[in-house]
Amino acid sequence: MATITPPAYRIIPIIPVLNHGAMAKSMPYVASEKMQEAIGFPGKLAENWQETHDAVIAKMGELLGKYRSLKVYMDACVHCGACSDKCHYFIGTQDPKNMPVARQDLMRSVYRRYFTLAGKLFPQWVGARDLTREVLDEWFSYFNQCSECRRCSVFCPYGIDTAEITMAAKEILDSVGYGQKYSNEIIGKVHKIGNNLGLPGPALENTLEGLEEDVKEDTGIDVRFPLDVKGAEVLLITPSADFFAEPHIDSLIGYAKVFHASGVSWTLSSKASEAGNFGMFIGNYDQLRKIALRVREAALELGVKRIVVGECGHAWRVAYSFWNTLIGVGAGAKDPYAIQLQNQLDHRYKQPMHICEFTWDLIERGGLSFNKEANDKHIITFHDSCNVARASRMGDMAGGQFEIPRNIIKAVANNFVEMRDGTTREQTFCCGGGGGLLTDELLDLRIKGALPRMEALQQVADSHGVNFMATICAICKAQFTKVLPIYGFDRRVVGGVHQLVSNAIKLGDK
Amino acid sequence: MNALITLLFTFAILAFVLGFGYRIYDYARTPAPLLIPTTPAPTSRVGMLLRMLREVTLFESLFKANLWTWAASWAFHVSLALVLIRHLRYFTEPVWFWVVLAQPFGLYAGLLMVAGLAALWARRIFVERIRYISTPSDHLMLALLLSIASSGLFIKFLFNTDIIGVKRFCLGILHFDFQALPGDGLLYLHLSLVALLLLIFPFSKLLHAPGIFFSPSRNQVDNPREKRHLSAWAAKLEK
Ligand code: SF4
Ligand code: SF4
Repeated sequence: MATITPPAYRIIPIIPVLNHGAMAKSMPYVASEKMQEAIGFPGKLAENWQETHDAVIAKMGELLGKYRSLKVYMDACVHCGACSDKCHYFIGTQDPKNMPVARQDLMRSVYRRYFTLAGKLFPQWVGARDLTREVLDEWFSYFNQCSECRRCSVFCPYGIDTAEITMAAKEILDSVGYGQKYSNEIIGKVHKIGNNLGLPGPALENTLEGLEEDVKEDTGIDVRFPLDVKGAEVLLITPSADFFAEPHIDSLIGYAKVFHASGVSWTLSSKASEAGNFGMFIGNYDQLRKIALRVREAALELGVKRIVVGECGHAWRVAYSFWNTLIGVGAGAKDPYAIQLQNQLDHRYKQPMHICEFTWDLIERGGLSFNKEANDKHIITFHDSCNVARASRMGDMAGGQFEIPRNIIKAVANNFVEMRDGTTREQTFCCGGGGGLLTDELLDLRIKGALPRMEALQQVADSHGVNFMATICAICKAQFTKVLPIYGFDRRVVGGVHQLVSNAIKLGDK
Repeated sequence: MNALITLLFTFAILAFVLGFGYRIYDYARTPAPLLIPTTPAPTSRVGMLLRMLREVTLFESLFKANLWTWAASWAFHVSLALVLIRHLRYFTEPVWFWVVLAQPFGLYAGLLMVAGLAALWARRIFVERIRYISTPSDHLMLALLLSIASSGLFIKFLFNTDIIGVKRFCLGILHFDFQALPGDGLLYLHLSLVALLLLIFPFSKLLHAPGIFFSPSRNQVDNPREKRHLSAWAAKLEK
């Protein structure tokens, strides 16, 4: 570990000079045949290149017909460069192909060659190129250097979202047998075992029992961690990392304490013991839907009235933005499929609801009390996670996803400091490990991608003594735990918002 | 020569209308299966329309991204709009009153337009990362627009042409009652370049103009919990 040196902080955050090919060798492991086939993709690339070539073009044509985003984004870019300096991977690696527009162009060049008149007639003039094996390898490398964080889409005058293009690229690569091991292996586990980390039901039960004992020892109070309880009011869907990873587990304890204090009955589900949905990362609608379906089934079986989602960024995007579409968790449906579930849910509450919405609502109504001094050892800042910030919402107002977690922190702790403008809220920088890149072989990329966030954190650490960065994403937590020490911080600097809630909440004697 | 220009123009206008129309049809028929507005996004339709309006008239996102690019690009587009309005006098008889009002602005706008284009081109040449992403067509597009603008300015300020004759020609095209164009080389150049621009419009990055109206990250309302959004192909999976 000591041998890894992070990139140097920029004195003034200027735009880096280009370093051509700096990350050309960065590649995740390729998914094995078994992993590919387990989730319905071809095991490996065809022996014959022409076959792969044709399949890629055909798949691209199919996606262009299915996704307006892809079609419009392929055409609309004017190469203005507004996005060019906005990607944390470009800032950290200086590789020009990590500029969002250049990343898009890896696919746009092929799109132009095969799907546009100009590209068919004058390929060199419009930056069109033939699809070759080298091009496909380049896709595999650089589309696996995009965390689908959407920061570029905030600044593009046409809202071009590179994440959509990355997802399409991954979908095409999977469909010709060129998948990424980390994501596809995890998707296999969700289907087989029920969660990303491969924690089977009995182990989960043990873990939860252990947690009950720990909390009892700590507080003297019987805080329950119920599993598969039929007729509970709330079904909590949370990332499986919450069950045993550090610091995630402290937030799980926080949720349980909030539920305990609220008196609302709740349960976890062994069937849907995972909020994460890597189907989104690989841009595959079928997988996205199939993984989400477990939540629908669990909700119907357990007969719950409300569905609450734990601290996880992309999971909240899927839950908030896509669940109503995918599985009918939400309101306003007119079709029988969705109505079946929506009739069961209690529409006095938001469906689905973020755990932060749940907690903040209780705080606002005076339902929780805190001993704020318990957090006095922390000087806290908040890291907005990409998918929460730029792809979802909390509360009734646009931007509630920024206010609600901050409000909770301020309600449970005394010391709160914001990081520099331009690095928070919708302009937040990705942790560097999102989008299915949280794997060891990509550590170099992850360290470099964390640079802009680490710079902003260092600033408030120097100026205000910040020693705790709260966040509400399982991937952010895991990524920072790994890269913080490399940048000279303690790994416990990162933690969940509900970890702070857990520290301060008063139980029993309200 | 005269017939050639007439033919070219008629063809260019046709290609533009058909090509552009097809694009819009094509974007409109392509489904957007998931709600992906870039948040924070408006939670109502009115809010969304206002967001689009700000985006289209003020270039809000570009403003956030880079002030210089925004200034050059906004100057260019606004001038272009004013210049186009000024040109309406060649196509209307009697000339609409607001077009008359806009005449003097259109003139200054012509100069500003050249300045904006020059600034945009300078970025492409001198800023390393913008140079990296530029293709020959990006440069050619700027060259084309600059040539159109400067040939127009030359005609206006240095080599006045028979403007009445030009108007007769333009109205002629609109009414399929073709008239002769005054014999003036610079005018021929100006018009041929405009025809070329119209021709390549539906086949080039100029599609950003219709594209922005169809961009899901901008034109969707943030209401996924309240309404069920289901595209036709996705609905089939539920059967
Ligand atoms: S989505 Fe994020 S990671 Fe991907 S290109 Fe855009 S800014 Fe970079
Ligand atoms: S900001 Fe948008 S239009 Fe400009 S280069 Fe980037 S993707 Fe293309």
